[in-house]
Amino acid sequence: MRRSTHARRVACVVAALVLAATGCAGAGAGGNGGAVLSSSWADPQNPLEPANTNEVQGGKVLDMIFRGLKRYDPKTGKARDWLARSIETRDSRTFTVRLKNGWIFSNGEKVTARSFVDAWNYGASLRNNQKNAYFFGYIDGYDEVHPQSGRQRADTLSGLKVVDDHTFTVRLNQKFSGFPDTLGYAAFAPLPRAFFTDHAAWVRKPVGNGPYTIESYTKGAQMYLKKWDGYPGPDKARNDGVTLLVYTDSNTAYTDLLAGNLDLADDIPAAQLKNVKSDLGERYLNTPAGIIQTLAFPYYDEAWSRPGAEKVRTGLSMAINRRQITDTIFRGTRTPATDWTSPVLGAAGGYKKGLCGRACAYDPGRARELIEEGGGIPGGRLTVTYNADSGSHRQWVDAVCNSINNALGDDRACVGNPVGTFADFRNQLGGHRMTGPFRAGWQMDYPLIQNFLQPLYYTGASSNDGAWSNEEFDRLVDRANAETDPARSVALFQRAEEVVRDHMAAIPLWYQNGNAGYSERLSHVALNPFSVPVYNEIRVG
Amino acid sequence: MGRHVLRRLLQMIPVFVGATLLIFLMVNVMGDPVAGLCGERACDPATAAQLRREFGLDQPVWRQYLTYMGKVFTGDFGTAFNGQPVTELMATAFPVTVRLTVVAVLFEVVVGVTLGVVTGLRRGRPVDTAVLLATLVVISVPTFVTGLLLQLLLGIKWQWIRPSVRAGGFDELIVPGLVLASVSLAYVTRLTRTSLAENRRSDYVRTAVAKGLPRRRVVTRHLLRNSLIPVVTFIGTDIGALMGGAIVTERIFNIHGVGYQLYQGILRQNSQTVVGFVTVLVLVFLVANLLVDLLYAVLDPRIRHA
Repeated sequence: MRRSTHARRVACVVAALVLAATGCAGAGAGGNGGAVLSSSWADPQNPLEPANTNEVQGGKVLDMIFRGLKRYDPKTGKARDWLARSIETRDSRTFTVRLKNGWIFSNGEKVTARSFVDAWNYGASLRNNQKNAYFFGYIDGYDEVHPQSGRQRADTLSGLKVVDDHTFTVRLNQKFSGFPDTLGYAAFAPLPRAFFTDHAAWVRKPVGNGPYTIESYTKGAQMYLKKWDGYPGPDKARNDGVTLLVYTDSNTAYTDLLAGNLDLADDIPAAQLKNVKSDLGERYLNTPAGIIQTLAFPYYDEAWSRPGAEKVRTGLSMAINRRQITDTIFRGTRTPATDWTSPVLGAAGGYKKGLCGRACAYDPGRARELIEEGGGIPGGRLTVTYNADSGSHRQWVDAVCNSINNALGDDRACVGNPVGTFADFRNQLGGHRMTGPFRAGWQMDYPLIQNFLQPLYYTGASSNDGAWSNEEFDRLVDRANAETDPARSVALFQRAEEVVRDHMAAIPLWYQNGNAGYSERLSHVALNPFSVPVYNEIRVG
Repeated sequence: MGRHVLRRLLQMIPVFVGATLLIFLMVNVMGDPVAGLCGERACDPATAAQLRREFGLDQPVWRQYLTYMGKVFTGDFGTAFNGQPVTELMATAFPVTVRLTVVAVLFEVVVGVTLGVVTGLRRGRPVDTAVLLATLVVISVPTFVTGLLLQLLLGIKWQWIRPSVRAGGFDELIVPGLVLASVSLAYVTRLTRTSLAENRRSDYVRTAVAKGLPRRRVVTRHLLRNSLIPVVTFIGTDIGALMGGAIVTERIFNIHGVGYQLYQGILRQNSQTVVGFVTVLVLVFLVANLLVDLLYAVLDPRIRHA
């Protein structure tokens, strides 16, 4: 008798626990059915605002729900007018933007000049903590809205003026002929009034003007994007929708793809690269993306900025067997770099194959000579710093060091120096605490040669982590930006790139491809130059 | 009994304060959380400074700790970098992990204790040797190997389960729960076996047998009650360990629970998430330990007076 009541009590406790646990679960499944595809995703790092999203995962969504003045051709990367009817300038400084008629947000509101001007003012304002604020740094009045230090002195950019419903003007604080081509970047997207009037609600469920609308969003789990039937653009979605599923690990996504539970995985884990061809065959994509990996140097360190050090750097570059590393470690998902840009730019856009010349060709004998002529490796030993928390940085850094050690005939010439997290790595870079070369990956914001050079090598530029400075380079970049003729501008940028080469400001390693795999249900799958799937083109079934 | 409970409750306070302070210091040692926020590039100094101010990171650590603890008591765990309140993250993460832990503990109790009893009563027989060997294998193979192997075999080769977890219901969590429980399960088996084998030779069991009690009653009422004390301790402390240690299992099976949030938090150096989740985990540990101590007192009245 006593025993049975006791047992019942235990059962009740267990049941209560179970109920409590199930009761709180709020993960609702997104509406599927029809020609909806599922795609792997990772939690965006920041709230989904156009000017606040600077990583691929959030960018993926913005690319589906927003269309801007320009759009980068998914195949060629060329910037084409989209919402813009024309963007005109006479002096490369003041631009008149005219909008096409008939564009609306998915909530029915018209896209007007004000939708852009308000959005850009919001993005630039220091008060709003937007991580892409510096994109508006070319616009006149940025210093007032977003000062380097102290309080902000204005709420709006003085360089932006609404002329009428479909026209506005932009005045820049310097000549920049490439400016219109930057406007395809998500940070320049227009925003509806709802963004400003009920910001919290908007962030929970963003409203844009792209081919998809967000139907449901469970943070950290999944987002269901539905085809927007009223979309006025020419690039309507060819499927009924996309469910983005958050995966904790790209290996699991890949496993799910193989098991038939997932339609599209756009990040093939490095460990699976050797199987992917046999697993997926034709359904594996490996296409160039606007990403380049380099080794940068700490020029704030006397040892690396002294005269003659450029010979050491060039020697190091020649000691790296790029072909072997990309073949064995990356299995052809990287291409040895021969310049400092990316093949996705195309020859007309500024990519110049072989610009690096002999300095990027593997030549251990010459490498040894050059390093000796340059006075040897500073401190006698090279440490290559990288973050070990993502990608396969450890493998390739070890391989690069191995290659250098072999070339120099010294087992201890080069060692990797892993840093636990990316944040800590960034922290050390920002604190100028490097004593040797460090990993410097660069993913383009927009397909312009300017974007591969200026932010990285211009004096004091935002991503010039090594603090490299060269007057000639700066002068050439200024001239290239001021040049109105695109071909001449590109030629000047390439001359600036030659300065980078002659000083070996950073060692180019390889161009990175985008990788994806998809299920048999899908067709017309492609990756754009930003290595993001072109969702609206995908057909299901 | 009341005094015993009260004393245990009071003991929890310094432990809680000390543990949270430690984790707070450790997270701060990791470096500036704002540094990694802006992708491959450095955050522009003005925005970074403002973010630091908003998250209170420009204050001295002791001040940050005090403000933080003050807020925690009102249920405010701060905001994660993606703009989500940490409590919201917890509300989605903890239920899943609690369910996973329940599954794991059930495996430990049901399978572990049963195997332990069976082997403990049959020492030296083939069953005993076989289970001992099996536990040895389970203990020596790392969780991620077991997990990936089961995922590959059951998920892809035989298609019995989905290789990844979607909603996180109990049915989906059976295999991940087994993986999570595997090592502890082996320990529970061994612990029960040893403890049982030891007590079988004790005087009170001999007396019970001599009294002519039926074998079942001897085993359940006399033998098990005493033999399970170390097992209860182990399982009790293991609850906290399972919740905190689910990082590997949750990653493999795509479970969006506590382990996943902690992993993300550490990776992105999101101190609010990490400190918040660890604080709750510390509480879970403390409560689990308290329950163990109370259960002790129920199982063995002598402990109450100690």
